Amino acid sequence: MSAPVGEPLLALTDVVKEFRVGGGPFGGSSGQRLRAVDGVSLEVRAGETLGLVGESGCGKSTLGRCILRLLAPTSGTIRFDGDDISTLSGRRLRPLRGSLQMIFQNPYGSLNPRKPVEALIGAPLRYHGWPRADVEQRLLELLDDVGLARALRTSYPHELSGGQRQRVGIARALALRPKLVVLDEPVSALDVSIQAQIVNLLQEIQRAHGLTYVFISHDLGVVRQLSERVAVMCGGRIVETGPVREVFESPRDAYTRQLLDAIPRLRA
Amino acid sequence: MSATAPPLLEVEDLTIEVRGADGTALPIVRGVSFTVADGEVLGIVGESGSGKTMTLLALLGLLPPRVRVRGAVRFRGRDLLTLSEPELRKLRGAEIAVVFQDPMSSLNPVQRVGDQVAEQLRAHRGLDRGAAATRAVELLERVGIPNAASRARSYPHELSGGMRQRVMIAAALSCEPALLLADEPTTALDVTIQAEILALLRELADQLGAAVVLISHDLGVISEMASQIAVMYAGDVVEQGASAAVFANPQHPYTWGLLGSIPLLEGWPPKPLHAIPGQPPTVAARPSGCPFRIRCAHAFEACTERPELLGRVAADHRDRCHLEPAAKAAARQAAPLDAGAAS
Amino acid sequence: MTRFIVGRLAWTLAVVVAITILTFLIFFAAPGVDPAHQLAGRGATPAAVATIKHDFGLDRSLPVRYALMMKHLVIDRDLTSYSQGRVKVLPQLVDAAPVTFSLVLGATLLWLVAGVLIGVLAASGRRLLDPLLMGAGLIAISIPTFLLGDLLNLITQDRLHGFFLFSWIPPLGYVPFAQSPWGWFSHLVVPWITLSVAYVGIYSRVLRSKLQEVSEADFVRTARAKGLSPRRILVAHTLRNSLLTLVSIFGLDFAGLVAGGALVTEVVFGLPGIGALTFHAFQDLDLPVIMATVIYGAIFVVLANTAVDILYAWLDPRTRSSGFDPAT
Repeated sequence: MSAPVGEPLLALTDVVKEFRVGGGPFGGSSGQRLRAVDGVSLEVRAGETLGLVGESGCGKSTLGRCILRLLAPTSGTIRFDGDDISTLSGRRLRPLRGSLQMIFQNPYGSLNPRKPVEALIGAPLRYHGWPRADVEQRLLELLDDVGLARALRTSYPHELSGGQRQRVGIARALALRPKLVVLDEPVSALDVSIQAQIVNLLQEIQRAHGLTYVFISHDLGVVRQLSERVAVMCGGRIVETGPVREVFESPRDAYTRQLLDAIPRLRA
Repeated sequence: MSATAPPLLEVEDLTIEVRGADGTALPIVRGVSFTVADGEVLGIVGESGSGKTMTLLALLGLLPPRVRVRGAVRFRGRDLLTLSEPELRKLRGAEIAVVFQDPMSSLNPVQRVGDQVAEQLRAHRGLDRGAAATRAVELLERVGIPNAASRARSYPHELSGGMRQRVMIAAALSCEPALLLADEPTTALDVTIQAEILALLRELADQLGAAVVLISHDLGVISEMASQIAVMYAGDVVEQGASAAVFANPQHPYTWGLLGSIPLLEGWPPKPLHAIPGQPPTVAARPSGCPFRIRCAHAFEACTERPELLGRVAADHRDRCHLEPAAKAAARQAAPLDAGAAS
Repeated sequence: MTRFIVGRLAWTLAVVVAITILTFLIFFAAPGVDPAHQLAGRGATPAAVATIKHDFGLDRSLPVRYALMMKHLVIDRDLTSYSQGRVKVLPQLVDAAPVTFSLVLGATLLWLVAGVLIGVLAASGRRLLDPLLMGAGLIAISIPTFLLGDLLNLITQDRLHGFFLFSWIPPLGYVPFAQSPWGWFSHLVVPWITLSVAYVGIYSRVLRSKLQEVSEADFVRTARAKGLSPRRILVAHTLRNSLLTLVSIFGLDFAGLVAGGALVTEVVFGLPGIGALTFHAFQDLDLPVIMATVIYGAIFVVLANTAVDILYAWLDPRTRSSGFDPAT
């Protein structure tokens, strides 16, 4: 079931995510509670890119994982494509996995070092029961889409450069033709010149396939490049949201201003 | 620039080689030369594989023994490469100090931070335990750590990233060095903390009159901090000069590529990024001739010969490129828009 | 820190209770086992068997039997060995313990000192020393204790006893420290060496590889960049971070030995310790003794584990603070 026209593809309402920290050797209630996400409400429209910025510890990665339902929110609702996915679990989450995908920060850590590229990209397809011929065809399509030479399909992650590994991660995320992709610091671990390649690639793919992105990053420059709207997060809460240009040129919140001021500027 | 006294640091034709698996010598860094005057800040910019960290380690003889270093590294007139290990030890931490990139892994996890600042004082200034501990607390205060006296008893993992880096800075500056080497000191930190740390470094260096060699991949950081800049690529310095001049009128295609790859924070709509195709070569896979020619949109026949580092627009603004200065302006305008082409 | 210790001790108690239950089940409730006859030992009269049945409540339900056994062991402390006349078990244990402790403590000291020294030497970078010492370590680990013990006995007691180096070594056996310090020492020297040889091999190898690993760490590079002396770097930075590994394996080794794992050494050298006691009890199928030594051993291992955990927490400040830090 798809969202009716006009409704956002993704809508979060008062999402809270709490963790228990510490506690005795038997766990239990002696620990303290940590609110990584403290009442977040957001909307993302189909086809747009929402940038989610903040510094470490602000909860943006946790929020990303909640959106993907890798974590279950402690309270609040998450609506994706017309359905309430906040409390789904197990088997009912499975079909969702195809539509919601993630691209991670660490291109080395998120790829199984013992599998070659074709196995890594093909894994989601095989897991969802695609027949072999279809998997093969999709694999070739994906390699072309992300700009990886077909000859690299038998290479292992340690044989690839950081940029190439990230392309593998992107291909893997695209395999099942998702609707929404959450990107958690996808270029932060890359060299500057490779970052630009990947940013351009992500933009092109979004245009070509009509994807929706939630782009999580601490790098405001990159966020500004890719996003239509941006949400600034601090201490588990969203302190400011708005169109990118507006937030960057006339920030309303003091924390946003502080973030923008702190960025070292190029004096050219 | 004073012509009588020698500059504080003079690196001449520094070459670093490592023995490959088959016995051949692989050059990691080739022919790097730069000078740093008292109180000056030199920024070294480069990506992975550029050799910037190796260069820094080579200055103090901190490379493993199987790595060979040639050339000259003159600090206050003495060539550090010819000094014995005990002589180098006297300099390290005392006249030349280092701040490393990742303070979590660069601090001893089982030693209290106060001790980590104090041990340098005891080694070089001969202070006893009590005096060193007191001075360490003063230094921790100086770098902006609140409750310094009780914080000195903390362990690194109990502090935040920014605090840890402050501890490293306190340790590095404890013996009032004349030269501070900083390897990506803020890369692992949040942007607001980064700004604070950079401001702190600038302030303390000014106070001490210390010179700084700052390595970073972040051109914004370099442009704010450094008066002189050296751009490194695949073990070569490809452009060098006053940072204002280099940023205003960059001469090397790699520098153009770097500048074009950075998203700007001004101007609407955001300008498309000009990515450099391909990736920086690994040490073993460096092309012959000009190392950048494989990725360069303007390479021509001459580029199979390694260019010399020459100052064509000005004597103190040098670049390592065969292109004629006259042709450069046009070439830069024509830089193709890259849409994420792979290697 | 206190909360940590209290928590661990509570956990220890729970584990000890579980072990006593498990031991009880093994010896008294396993199918096909007739505890009464086994308790009585070989050639027991029907009257003896009947007495045992009553004493241990073997006609009662399992939980009651367990309670009775624990009562005999812990409260009444009158568990009796049925195969050696009516000798009480617990005093035997109490007598044997100091012997084992003497053996193990001496060996421990020896292997810790030797292991650390050799490990540091091997990692010091001198080209020939490393493979030499590591090879020697490998041999040390591979020699069976009984073989080494018997070999040493052969040399020191018999073949070369006349040689001045070995002439002072007394015949096999144990002399309590209170009775004669020199006697105590001279009887234990060769057993100490025998027991520690394998551990010296293990510890020196472990330490040497950990030292090499740690010396490539970033913070050691920082220490070098500070211009500290090599000795300072070794002690305060490299060694300090490498010894932690030894602490965790030491705890288990020590506990296992004191619990009776030095059995072979004790038997070969005629030392009447817990290991020897257990060995003889198994030969005679003396169930009460076996039970007592098993429980004693298990308790000791658990306690030693806890002690190691606490020691580790004290040495490595990182383990004291609990988990989740979302910022890093």
